[in-house]
Amino acid sequence: MLKLSRTAVKNCKLLSVFKRSLTCSPNVRLSSSLLVSNCNSIKKTFTPINCAGSIRSYSNGPNAVKLTSEVYPNVHRNNHYKKLSSDDLEYFNSILSKQEIMYTGTGNNLQELDLYNEDWMKKYKGQSHLVLKPKSVEKISLILNYCNEEKLAVVPQGGNTDLVGASVPVFDEIILSLNNLNQIREFDPVSGILKCDAGVILENADNYLREHDHIFPLDLGAKGSCHVGGVCATNAGGLRLLRYGSLHGSVLGLEVVMPNGDIVSSMHSLRKDNTGYDLKQLFIGAEGTLGIITGVSILTQPKPQAINVSFLAVQNYEAVQKVFVKAKKELAEILSAFEFMDQRSIQLTKKHIEKDTPFPLEEEYPFYILIETSGSNKAHDDAKLETFLESAMESEIVIDGTIAQDETELQNLWKWREMIPESSQCQGGVYKYDVSLPLKDLYSLVEVVNKKLVEADLLGSAPKPVIAAVGYGHVGDGNLHLNVATRLYSKEIECTLEPFVYEYVSSKHGSISAEHGLGFQKKNYISYTKSEPEIKMMKDLKKHYDSNGIMNPYKFI
Amino acid sequence: MSSKLKILVPVKRVLDHQIKPLVNAAHDGVQTQGCKFSINPFDDIAIEEALRIKTNRSKDVDSTHAISIGVDKCQDILRNCLAKGIDSVSLVETSEPLEPLAVAKLLAHEVKEKKYNVVLMGKQAIDDDSNNTGQMLAALLNWPQATNACKVEFNDSVTSCKVTREIDGGEETVEASLPLVITTDLRLNQPRYVGLSKLMKVKRVKIPKLSLSEHFPDVDIKSKLTTLSINEPQSKPPGIMLKNVDELVSKLKDAKLI
Repeated sequence: MLKLSRTAVKNCKLLSVFKRSLTCSPNVRLSSSLLVSNCNSIKKTFTPINCAGSIRSYSNGPNAVKLTSEVYPNVHRNNHYKKLSSDDLEYFNSILSKQEIMYTGTGNNLQELDLYNEDWMKKYKGQSHLVLKPKSVEKISLILNYCNEEKLAVVPQGGNTDLVGASVPVFDEIILSLNNLNQIREFDPVSGILKCDAGVILENADNYLREHDHIFPLDLGAKGSCHVGGVCATNAGGLRLLRYGSLHGSVLGLEVVMPNGDIVSSMHSLRKDNTGYDLKQLFIGAEGTLGIITGVSILTQPKPQAINVSFLAVQNYEAVQKVFVKAKKELAEILSAFEFMDQRSIQLTKKHIEKDTPFPLEEEYPFYILIETSGSNKAHDDAKLETFLESAMESEIVIDGTIAQDETELQNLWKWREMIPESSQCQGGVYKYDVSLPLKDLYSLVEVVNKKLVEADLLGSAPKPVIAAVGYGHVGDGNLHLNVATRLYSKEIECTLEPFVYEYVSSKHGSISAEHGLGFQKKNYISYTKSEPEIKMMKDLKKHYDSNGIMNPYKFI
Repeated sequence: MSSKLKILVPVKRVLDHQIKPLVNAAHDGVQTQGCKFSINPFDDIAIEEALRIKTNRSKDVDSTHAISIGVDKCQDILRNCLAKGIDSVSLVETSEPLEPLAVAKLLAHEVKEKKYNVVLMGKQAIDDDSNNTGQMLAALLNWPQATNACKVEFNDSVTSCKVTREIDGGEETVEASLPLVITTDLRLNQPRYVGLSKLMKVKRVKIPKLSLSEHFPDVDIKSKLTTLSINEPQSKPPGIMLKNVDELVSKLKDAKLI
């Protein structure tokens, strides 16, 4: 369905959107953040069932999230951490306003904090009673200083779109949400340097920049809810890494509150600065285990004037690589994304979105590629892309495809890539593996995992628990997303997959976490990628800067 | 008397509907520099309908033809029409913006000359939102018209057509004999993507051009209207948060609303 923006057709648009929303089944989750939170709020209408002796105050829905502490009985609360007392609350109340505190009381009813306790995948659930949402860096400093003195454990939380359980508590850690720290501080259109609070939502930052003819150098599916600070803390990669590089390069400075309350700032924003250790790098990807990022200074990119998207079909994974080599060579500086998807991932996505978004090709093929070019001159880009596509079709590497003719088609083509995570999750659950592998071995992981699931008799139509193991990802970065879509979460599936996946990746000299981080899910597997001395150095740093270990405990370090 | 369908689909190249139009400095139009242009979405729907009729009623269709009136760049959208499966296309080249009446006259001239018996076109172009051309064309040809179509069904002998129209609060079904002008609404169909291989095949096809002076010497296309100025709508002041009902009442009183 076309969406028209002009006023005269506005009614049609509204009507059509309305009609569509009526026809959507209530189980279908439409788009990333807002709707997810709606789903959560719907849950509140369930009648609470009080399980005697259990902390859980409601459950029973087939999709109710189990407490992490119940699913992982081997992980124990560290009694070195103090439990929240009324004195602590009194202190927080003395420094924060009412809007900055959410407290459930001492009882077992934690429902109103579900949004903060549950992760996006509905896989992990903590039991925090207290969410702090300070509006200033100074307040964060006071809070951390107090928590450090009192040995209260803290989980920093951004948009809570993390995929490895890093942004939710495991037990009763206090959640420190950056939601209220959400101002753009300044933007210099000459240098393209943006300074903003950590809690600014990525999409808002990007929209702000677009008004000034720039774009954020990172884009990902969760952009409508993830925070700028969060993407730095987790070193998110996303869809444009191929073009603009990792955050280790584009972040120019950070403002960080350390566990003792010290505010360490490198927001001075110089593109070149060789004076000693580059300390900000320590916090990029530290997942909030060393300090809380409160401000970000980042180099943004000029907004491309012309964008083209093409969706292609190829016969096998070898052809994906061939097209990639060809694209790098022939599209060169205008190539801004190169994504691949396998047939199974598109089949899952079809079930989820085909009603509203027609599939661009007439038939199905083993592999699909999405190529995006962005540049400054449309005629030049068009000519380049056309020549590239023509020769790719002539040499029969590419067997079918389409090219977006207008903005709607462009966005719809992207949907076929961006909606895969949601589509693989929406039928129950998903086991996500985000790995780096040498390009030639990239897809082999999906094949061996499928084989293994079949051998374990887990994969198939209901009642077998696994729907499919699908592969897609950023070929340009050697980054594969392996999603095992399931009807439910079970120990049996987990034991079949782990540590098998990590062992396989390690044997191919890959990384067990390319862009999602380690968090809670992969905390035991760091040694598959990092060496002993490296891990020891990380532990030393952690011990030095967070001697009480209050920052995001029970996670990878 | 039964004859085969000879379908004409007029298409217009417009500023892409996802782009927010900005008024230019001279206030006589919108900024077009560096902006993306696409086929008018309603015309895209008309093209799709023509293609579906061609597929579903292949025996009853003589030909489908797409025509555009505008600058040289309109070739891009015509080429896409060809790639999608329209039999032939032509371009009436002009750099002057034309009013609906002028467009309708030019189309009427073409219809008479090439003997089309069905004109399938978007109900309006999203740039000027006039929603006039289809109706004017029907009047000039003295043909029946079925506007805002959300369903199009020809009878077995293709002598008449039943068209379901979207109107306020429901649907209206009208029937008319051919020849006929049909204008398309948003929900008629979902346009297809253009296949890459077909696009490559038509890439070098030469698109026939019709010149205004040679082909339409007797058509008066002079503008009847003068655009004085174009302005953006006034922006609404942002909302304010009030603490309680009393404050609301006093604010309403201040504004003399109660």
